[in-house]
Amino acid sequence: MNKFGIGQPVRRVEDQGFITGRGRFIDDINLPHQCHGALLLSPHAHALIKSVDAARARAAPGVVCVLTGAQVLAEKLGGLTAAMMPENLGAPPGHRTFMPPLATDKARFAGDRIAFVVAQTEAQARDAAELIDVEYQVLPAVSYIEDAVAAGAPLVWDDCPGGNVAYGLMFGNKEVADAAFAKAAHVVSLHLTNNRVTANPIEPRGCLGEFNPANGKYTLYACTQNPHGVRQELSQVLHIAETKLRVIAEDVGGGFGMKADAYPEDALVLWASRLCGRPVKWRASRAESLLTDSHARDQVVHCEMALDANGKITGLRARALQALGAFFIPAGIVPSIFSMRFIPGPYDVQAVHVMMQAIFTHTAPLGPYRGAGRPEAVYVTERLLDRAARELGIDPAEIRRRNLIRADQMPYTTPTFYEYDSGEFHQVLEKGLLAADWDGFEARRAQSEKSGKRRGRAVTYYVEQGGIMNDRMELRCDPGGTVAIVAGTFSHGQGHATTYAQMVSDWLGVPFESIRFVQGDTDQVPFGRGTYAARSSMIGGNALKKAAEAMIAKAKPMAAALMEAAAADIEFVEGEFRVAGTDRKMTFTQVAQAFYYPMGITDQFGVGLEASGTFATNPPNHPNGCHICELEVDVETGVTSIERYTVVDDVGIVINPLICEGQVHGGLAQGIGQAFMEHAAYDRKTGQLLTGSFLDYSMPRADYMPQVSSAFVEIPAKTNPLGIKGIGEAGTIGSPPTVINALLDALHPLGVEHIDMPATPARVWSALQAAGKA
Amino acid sequence: MAKIEMTVNGKKVSHEVEDRTLLANFLRDQLGLTGTHIGCDTSQCGCCTVHVDGLAVKSCSMVVGQANGAEVLTIEGLANGETLHPVQQAFSECHALQCGFCTPGMIMAVSGLLKDNPAPNDEEIIQGLEGNLCRCTGYINIIKAVKHAAVAMK
Repeated sequence: MNKFGIGQPVRRVEDQGFITGRGRFIDDINLPHQCHGALLLSPHAHALIKSVDAARARAAPGVVCVLTGAQVLAEKLGGLTAAMMPENLGAPPGHRTFMPPLATDKARFAGDRIAFVVAQTEAQARDAAELIDVEYQVLPAVSYIEDAVAAGAPLVWDDCPGGNVAYGLMFGNKEVADAAFAKAAHVVSLHLTNNRVTANPIEPRGCLGEFNPANGKYTLYACTQNPHGVRQELSQVLHIAETKLRVIAEDVGGGFGMKADAYPEDALVLWASRLCGRPVKWRASRAESLLTDSHARDQVVHCEMALDANGKITGLRARALQALGAFFIPAGIVPSIFSMRFIPGPYDVQAVHVMMQAIFTHTAPLGPYRGAGRPEAVYVTERLLDRAARELGIDPAEIRRRNLIRADQMPYTTPTFYEYDSGEFHQVLEKGLLAADWDGFEARRAQSEKSGKRRGRAVTYYVEQGGIMNDRMELRCDPGGTVAIVAGTFSHGQGHATTYAQMVSDWLGVPFESIRFVQGDTDQVPFGRGTYAARSSMIGGNALKKAAEAMIAKAKPMAAALMEAAAADIEFVEGEFRVAGTDRKMTFTQVAQAFYYPMGITDQFGVGLEASGTFATNPPNHPNGCHICELEVDVETGVTSIERYTVVDDVGIVINPLICEGQVHGGLAQGIGQAFMEHAAYDRKTGQLLTGSFLDYSMPRADYMPQVSSAFVEIPAKTNPLGIKGIGEAGTIGSPPTVINALLDALHPLGVEHIDMPATPARVWSALQAAGKA
Repeated sequence: MAKIEMTVNGKKVSHEVEDRTLLANFLRDQLGLTGTHIGCDTSQCGCCTVHVDGLAVKSCSMVVGQANGAEVLTIEGLANGETLHPVQQAFSECHALQCGFCTPGMIMAVSGLLKDNPAPNDEEIIQGLEGNLCRCTGYINIIKAVKHAAVAMK
């Protein structure tokens, strides 16, 4: 067996550079004669920009140029805008906005870009930015969703026909759902808040732009998950052909969806480079990242579940407000769709009616972040189901058994039109319960209570979607016969150089170590859509399989000619072309080398061996799984600690268990972080960001993560030849309701029925005080 | 401006720098040692951890003048030629890194921890990692790597 093949826990080929300090992250890249940019950000959440006087800044030491909104207007630059509008989904039209490189008329959130200073050094640029005199007329701002939809609320966009409502989406059938609720034996309803968080990859954003006046071409070194997407978005902002812009992304230090779109700074460094004739670099401080990165979640939802007397779900309804922030950014609509369509989740219920409105607020724009809407959906369903179980006196595991879609119901179409092709939800649930020793809980609870703590537990089930759109992968042989993978996807921590090479070494029989990996350069990769939405394993993997098959098909006639046999007699087995029924054979490498002969046989077959493959998400795959948590609460302090965490995931065929497990761990940390500590908080009145540094924005450190028991059940997806389901987002989706339900299970005996995220010690303590039984 | 002299990864270096230059920026911008990363402005993330006179410190929290005359070790100088330091080895073996951005700081912090305490228990490991943020791994495999390295270094 190939010890580097599919399914093996192969150590990552990426690691060597990172563990020795030889990574090439955006801030590690420098060009000769480069200068440095610094932003001036709006200190106000909402203000008219009356004037911008940059005279003092222009005269400051080292300053090369200063760009302002007036120049954006003079140059007629475009703005970043939604890639998909509600009307593209068949919904009523939404309100499109454009985010220009610099604000031209108004500041619409604290952190909106006002001016960009370019100087010899970063310190000089930052110093000079402070010398710009801006006259603002401060206007009332609105940063909370509920405030933004109240009568008379300040408007983010005066020309938006819906006031602060950018658009609405609705799924399911109102009449059918209402009828189910009318005859329900039991109805539970909740008002939930899904807190605003921010991705905070540890590498802050940055970019380096260079304009070459000799050929009119721009080069952007970008910190992105999606180089071709950034090229396309920026070509619209700068009004240039995509062929005039090369985007290069080398190592990217985490993204989690936040780095999937272009940002104004990417346009600014290119534009500034053209104006000043030198490369221009910009790197975000952490404070700037927190202010200007797109945030995520920020939803309030009123949701209801109808059940029969046996605890069988008969209907679901939800009405949500989801924040969009000050701008409707390219991927801005994505969380809205998933947060509604995944509410039915893994449960067999057809009477569903869910609707949402997307709300402009004077805050940083919101976009996809690990899970993108699915965490919101699962949070709704699982919170409702635990409430129902408690009110009906049914064990939380039992109520899920009664409602999960059965394996014999697959393929199953949800009322929001997802088709689950495969899944054994009951089997996965039982495995999880067994691994977590669900039945041994009471003894552990008694033990906790002996030490003065309260113990709670929860079990939840999630369904996720892996994959979005199509993509393209290419295999190219080098003259020596070695293989290069040219990926349209973009690995930024996921280990694609390893997992794709595992696949190719299996399929082509070439040594794992000899495989070269190319990604992230629009001049080297013909086309691609990058990595986000748990898309790369299925789309990249299956496209790569097609490329490998095409390559073998292309090489067979060459092998036949080389071995003087008929093409029909050539078999490809274990990396060798064999003439059937004989002992004649050649390795893949030998045949590939023949494609590079300087004369002779290449006259017939052409020079070079390469092939491409494409694969489309039609339909996507549906990873799913079960999360179980037990935690302890110190009622004196409100401090919670997770004691046991068990996950069983069905991610289809596992390519590399080491990497899959790592994805689960990281996802859990982000979900648990959202549930217990993370909150991108704005002041309600002024719209000032209150969590503007890592001192204020709390994230899990090593002490907060439990030991996790993680297992995989491999139920192959039926909708792609490799049987793959995605893994990237699962942990983040399943964990928030699991830990919050466990917390409520612990607090219920003390009279606490509800808590919102983040369930900080202060919130837990306050809830206990309010309940009065602590 | 000030003239700074120090030994970095065994080599003597000398540079004229602005007084306000931080050690992290000096290493990156003057010496080109870009393995030392900067991930925050407030000494919270630990990406910039290096050893100064044998102690693991956050190099963004020192003005370069404070390291004048010191012996500085960065991630680039940790391996012994081609032979990885046991902590580097353990990080790769335990899949304790994903995007790799926090990794150099983590490795420098852990190698500092194991120098002071060659056999840390779980609590001591967690305490030793308190100064470093990782957003990808959930720390689980990092803790595993610390244990792995401790055994390897016995």
